[in-house]
Amino acid sequence: MSISVQSTAVDGTSRQESGARLWAMVLHARELPLFSIGLLLLFVITGIFGDFISPHDPLRTNLRAVLLPPFWEETGTATYLLGTDHLGRDILSRLICGAGVSIEVGFSVIIVAGLLGTLVALLSGYIGGRIDAALMRLCDIVLSMPYLMVAIVLAAVLGPSKENIIIILIVLGWASYARVLRGEVLRVKEGDFIRLAVIAGASPVRIMFRHIFPNIVNTLIILATLQLGMVIITEASLSFLGLGVPVPEPAWGSMCAEGRGYIYDAWWIAFWPGVAIMLVVLSCNFLGDWLRIRLDPKFRQI
Amino acid sequence: MKRYILKRLVQAFVSLFAVTLIVFMLTQLSGDPALLMAPPDATPRDIQEMREIMGLTKPLHVQYGIFLADILSGEFGRSFKWDKPCIAIWLDRFPNTLLLAGASMVITIIIGLSFGILSAVHVGRWFDQFGKIFALMGQALPVFWLGLMLMYLFSVKLRWLPTSGMGSWEHLIMPAITLGWFFTASIARLTRSSMLDELDRDYIKMAKIKGVSRSGIILRHALKNATIPILTLGSLNFVFMLNGTVITETVFNWPGVGRLVVEAIFTRDFPLVQTTVLIGASFFIFVNLMVDVLYAYIDPRIRYQ
Repeated sequence: MSISVQSTAVDGTSRQESGARLWAMVLHARELPLFSIGLLLLFVITGIFGDFISPHDPLRTNLRAVLLPPFWEETGTATYLLGTDHLGRDILSRLICGAGVSIEVGFSVIIVAGLLGTLVALLSGYIGGRIDAALMRLCDIVLSMPYLMVAIVLAAVLGPSKENIIIILIVLGWASYARVLRGEVLRVKEGDFIRLAVIAGASPVRIMFRHIFPNIVNTLIILATLQLGMVIITEASLSFLGLGVPVPEPAWGSMCAEGRGYIYDAWWIAFWPGVAIMLVVLSCNFLGDWLRIRLDPKFRQI
Repeated sequence: MKRYILKRLVQAFVSLFAVTLIVFMLTQLSGDPALLMAPPDATPRDIQEMREIMGLTKPLHVQYGIFLADILSGEFGRSFKWDKPCIAIWLDRFPNTLLLAGASMVITIIIGLSFGILSAVHVGRWFDQFGKIFALMGQALPVFWLGLMLMYLFSVKLRWLPTSGMGSWEHLIMPAITLGWFFTASIARLTRSSMLDELDRDYIKMAKIKGVSRSGIILRHALKNATIPILTLGSLNFVFMLNGTVITETVFNWPGVGRLVVEAIFTRDFPLVQTTVLIGASFFIFVNLMVDVLYAYIDPRIRYQ
């Protein structure tokens, strides 16, 4: 009994500690990437409350205000701050609502793929044997395929829609989590507190989720942050090719594609969504790298 | 080592098999090919006959078997749209992609190497900082946006280069930069780190004592030894570039195999999609295999994992 108490104590403190450490870092760290965090917060807030913030209806066309430049140019107006596209739709509003699309796709993919990858890693790493071999071969197959090309073909098969893009990116995305996290599970598994938990009679399910999972969650967070940027770029690329979120729903990738035809007359149509993608992805990468260095010193070598 | 190679070889074949399954699925889910190919005035009986001729009435696993056998004998089917063997169309387009990737490779290596060397020589100074930002941008800029912005700057504003299409060497510049952007950043970072490793060695100190000039040390001694990993990475990048041309070719209307995939998808020309994807994926999987084997050869720890 005492062993059981001890094992949960060890486990509990390690988790509490990692939680406390995370908050201490967020509040007191010297080199906190404030810029990235601020931008990502802005991104999430505009994404969620886009309908209330956007100055105009992103889908409403106005044929009397076609191809208006941003406000600082001579013919620009303050009504359409960043200009309008070829149908007279407000670019700023479309940009704001496009953030919602990117958020929806980005977060659904990293959450589901992350959880799926974690589950596979726990089963594979802790139980081992045939399950491990089978799951890891599956992982190898997914990882050895040309990512974008397979995504394009699957999008062509399933038809372009937001839900299908999410499904495709999950199917192609879980494997990289599983691969990295499995290594972590193998390392954590060797700890004394796991052996004590086994002796105390904890079930494998309990060990996996209550004892091992809290110890790999840091790595999961780092991976998910870095993946968010990649998922957003891939979704934008598919939308650019016309295989992602179908028009007229404003997605950053398809906005760039629409701007391609008007590059002579209206640079701003393609310019703004690209800037938005770049800033969000840069922020994700900065934050991910910073978390990696702070949360997991072992990661620095990889 | 043999065991490891064998294991990876089997794995590569399983991956290829998975790709053929996905590609086969494409035809199954995308409607009735007989209906797509039939002339508009075909009667239902004609279509039924066509189905039988095309083997569409057979059970699925038999169809898949025939599909695999055809691929293995080099028979990739005929394109719906062009009414030519798909492989002929692919071979028509491939030299264009090869040209683009080759030009891109040259630009990548020239820019990447010089950036890397300058960063290593001025480590920690403003140029090095600039290089770091450049590398971060390499990962964060969407390829299609970079292409569009280059197009705006060099074709619309400065009028130096043609916007899109293929023709003179001037058509090649912007697509080549766009395609190589990501790899340029990675080559610059690799050059920097391997140059720093080399500059720290004893033979460099020896050369300094002997009175070799600064440029001589950097170019003739350090760079010569630092190029091996860079060239390895570079040559591998080349094949990944061949596969990564879909977006660049779409932006610049470059008539290569990447553009061909997208065109074939939108004209619902499925045999052509199958062919291009299968060839591209085989390339990719084969190169991945080579990379792994090469790394295992260099680092024995990988073999025993």
